[in-house]
Amino acid sequence: MSAIRFENVSKQFANVGHTAVADATFAVAEGSFVVLLGPSGCGKTTLLKMVNRLIEPTSGVIYLDGQDSRAVDATTLRRQIGYVIQQIGLFPHMTVAENVAIVPDLLKWSKEDIAARVDEMLALVDLPPAQYRDRYPAQLSGGQQQRVGVARALAGDPKVILMDEPFGAVDAITRIGLQDALLQLQRRLHKTILFVTHDVEEALRLADKMVVMKDGRVHQYDTPFNILKNPANDFVRELVGADDMVRQLGLIRVEAAMQPLPPDFTHNGQPTIPQDSSLRQALSLLLGDGVTTLVVTDGAEPVGVLTLRQIQRYRE
Amino acid sequence: MLDLLHATWLYAQSHAAEFWGALADHLLLVAVSLSISMVISIPIGIWSSRGQRTVVIDAFSTFRVVPSIAVLFLAIPFFGLSRTSAIIALTLLAFPPILINTDAAYRTISPAIREAAVGMGMTAGQIWRRVETPLALPVMLAGIRTATVELVASATLAAFIGVGGLGLYVVRGFALYDISILLVGAIPVALLALFIDLTLSGVQRHIQVSV
Repeated sequence: MSAIRFENVSKQFANVGHTAVADATFAVAEGSFVVLLGPSGCGKTTLLKMVNRLIEPTSGVIYLDGQDSRAVDATTLRRQIGYVIQQIGLFPHMTVAENVAIVPDLLKWSKEDIAARVDEMLALVDLPPAQYRDRYPAQLSGGQQQRVGVARALAGDPKVILMDEPFGAVDAITRIGLQDALLQLQRRLHKTILFVTHDVEEALRLADKMVVMKDGRVHQYDTPFNILKNPANDFVRELVGADDMVRQLGLIRVEAAMQPLPPDFTHNGQPTIPQDSSLRQALSLLLGDGVTTLVVTDGAEPVGVLTLRQIQRYRE
Repeated sequence: MLDLLHATWLYAQSHAAEFWGALADHLLLVAVSLSISMVISIPIGIWSSRGQRTVVIDAFSTFRVVPSIAVLFLAIPFFGLSRTSAIIALTLLAFPPILINTDAAYRTISPAIREAAVGMGMTAGQIWRRVETPLALPVMLAGIRTATVELVASATLAAFIGVGGLGLYVVRGFALYDISILLVGAIPVALLALFIDLTLSGVQRHIQVSV
């Protein structure tokens, strides 16, 4: 069953001419990472906020785990859904631990369970609890604050997490670090994540599937690779930079294009690349080192070879 | 100068019982009018902070230019030369600082903090109790501090309509043209205002959170 299903969801704000979200219908599979991508004002944030009912749809229904989201009262619903926003919104008068404990406390967990959960969540986002538990938000860097924001959203053990441009306000290097951390978390916890961004690179990097939006309409809903390969229209093609081959290569794993080790293989000093790297990384290594062949590894073990010719062939 | 202070000291000593009574009256006037003012203006301030515009606040800011002595005399036709008149005047005097600061304290809480609170499933009451009020408290307290200092100074006016307080000595010293008697009222009022100001600013610093 889908974790979230949008059925003809529309939103028309009062006193605004255009429709914020028009007739959105799609389903988000449980445990998948779905990115809502589009220029500002395209309705992606409105669509996100309708899931936890910060905004109510004008028409249409959103189902969570098959159940109409209006069936339960809004505060009860929100306690079951993690929520992370760009401005983070940590409570400045509470310590890191108190911030993370908000939802478990609202859910009336016992004191011991909450304390254990807080430490577990902080460790999960790489903030050693002993060191960070009793700090105040103002004593943390922007990146650390957003880690606390993520820990806080995960604390109530929600199945679904909504993230509204969560890394939009941090610098580029910190953003990459946070994206990596989030991907790792997602692989471990299998949460269903709905993530809003206007940053194409970020979307391609994180998404299992992407919803490309413009003017309130969903223009395409597919995997990043399929969207790059077969953009639904000119808008999507331009937005995602579908003609950018290097960008496409960034989404194909080395193991998909490599050749098995030849029988007479001996490893005499060629550069190595892990099999789950992208072809883009492989290309950059080939060009940078000026070699013709890379050895593909699984851990330390060579499992295949990759040449420039194979990358070209895969493209065709 | 020292002679003057010595004369003041001697006068206070010779009127010790009267002095302590006047001090008690003074503090009572301040306490009662401050309490009434807080009970009325804090809820109005919270209510007005939720509105888009600051009509209520603008009205009270304008009201602020009316001198308290004028309010005092305006109350006399209705309540006579009574303590009630004095308390009404002082209560009105304390409105603007408390109201304006309460409005500003709640109004300036970051929308992101409210959105996070709502998004996590806190009820309106929980948000008010656990998030908004703790964050608003330092700014509100600053308003209360301003109001209290103004009240301590202005409560001397009560003596002009004969309801006591430390203003008694100001009125008497003025009438007898004896500065030493005037100082028996003026010095304690100044010290009291200073003491309250320092104490409350200490409390304010203690509860202030860095944002």
